Amino acid sequence: MNRIFAWTILIICVGQGFALAETLTETGAKVSPWKLLAEDGLHDPDGPGMKYLQEPSEALSQLPEDVVGNKVNWVRTLDRGFIDPRINLYSAKQEKVLDLDVIRQNTGEMNMVRFPHRQHNEWLDCTNCHEWLFKSKAGATKFSMYDILQGEFCGRCHGAVAFPLTQCNRCHSVPRSAKAAMTDSNKRALMK
Amino acid sequence: MRLFGISRYKSCLMMVLLQLGLLALFTPSVAHAEYGDVVLNTRAEEAGMRPVIFPHWFHRIRFKCKVCHTELGFEMRAGANEILMADIIDGKMCGRCHNNNIAWGPQNCHLCHSGLPGLKTGIRGGDSTGGPGKW
Repeated sequence: MNRIFAWTILIICVGQGFALAETLTETGAKVSPWKLLAEDGLHDPDGPGMKYLQEPSEALSQLPEDVVGNKVNWVRTLDRGFIDPRINLYSAKQEKVLDLDVIRQNTGEMNMVRFPHRQHNEWLDCTNCHEWLFKSKAGATKFSMYDILQGEFCGRCHGAVAFPLTQCNRCHSVPRSAKAAMTDSNKRALMK
Repeated sequence: MRLFGISRYKSCLMMVLLQLGLLALFTPSVAHAEYGDVVLNTRAEEAGMRPVIFPHWFHRIRFKCKVCHTELGFEMRAGANEILMADIIDGKMCGRCHNNNIAWGPQNCHLCHSGLPGLKTGIRGGDSTGGPGKW
C-alpha cells in the first residue's frame, strides 16, 4: 500500500515539475533576446548620450531571425532586401560579386567545408581576405580549426561579427559522398 | 510512514529537490544576443572620457563591411587600429563619416564615449576573436 502511495506521489511530483517548466518556458519565450543598452554591461546608464542611442531590439527584431550571435541572419537580411547598406563612401568602384564555391576536402572525419564566395563578397571586398589572409590559389593557404578558434583566418569574423564556431555544420556541410557530383560543376573549385 | 524505505520528511525533501531539478533541466534560460560591440579604451579613460562603444550591428545595417574595412582602412582586429581624436576631427578614420555630413560630427562626444568606466579594449559578445576560443 505504502509503495503505491509513494509511486503516486513521485509521479505527481514529476508531472508538476514538467508543468512548471512548461509555464516558465512560455513566459520566457516572450522575453526579448536583445538586452537594453543600459543593461548590456558595456554602456554607462548615466551617460549623457544614452537617450540618443538606438536600442538593438528596435532594429534587429525586424530582421530575419537566427539562433546564435546577435540573433540576426545577416546573409538573409541582405539577400531579401531588408536592408540596403551603402557599398562605398567616395570611391565610385562598381560592385563585383564572385559566385564561386570552394570545397575544402581536408577536414578529417567532419563533412567537407563549402565556402561560398558570394555570401562573403556581398559584404566584403576581395582585399579584405586576399591575398594577405587567404591566397587566391586553391590549397595555398594552410590553416586548421585550431587557428580559427584562436581568432585567425575564418575566426577573424566568425565568432565576433558573423555566426560563431559552435555552428559546425553551417561550414562543414558537404558529405564526402557528394564529391563525385560536384566535380563537373564549373561553379565549384575543389581544394585538397 | 516510510516511503521507498526512507522517512517521510526525507522523502518530502527529496520530492521537492526532484521538482527543482526538473525545473532547472527543462527551463531554457533566455539566451541573450551578442552584439559584437568593440570597446575602445586605449586612451579614452586616461584622458578623462568614458570608453568608446562601437556597435557593429548598428553600422552594418547602414554600411557593408568593406566600407570601413577597405575604404576607411580599419583593420579587422580589435585594438589593431590607432584611433586618435585629432585624426577623427581631421576627417580620418571615424571622421570620414562622422563629419556632420554623412553622420553626426565629433562634437557629440557622449554618443561614442558611452561606456562604463574600467572596460578593457576588445570585442565583446558571447564569442570573441583574438584569443583562446570561449565556446
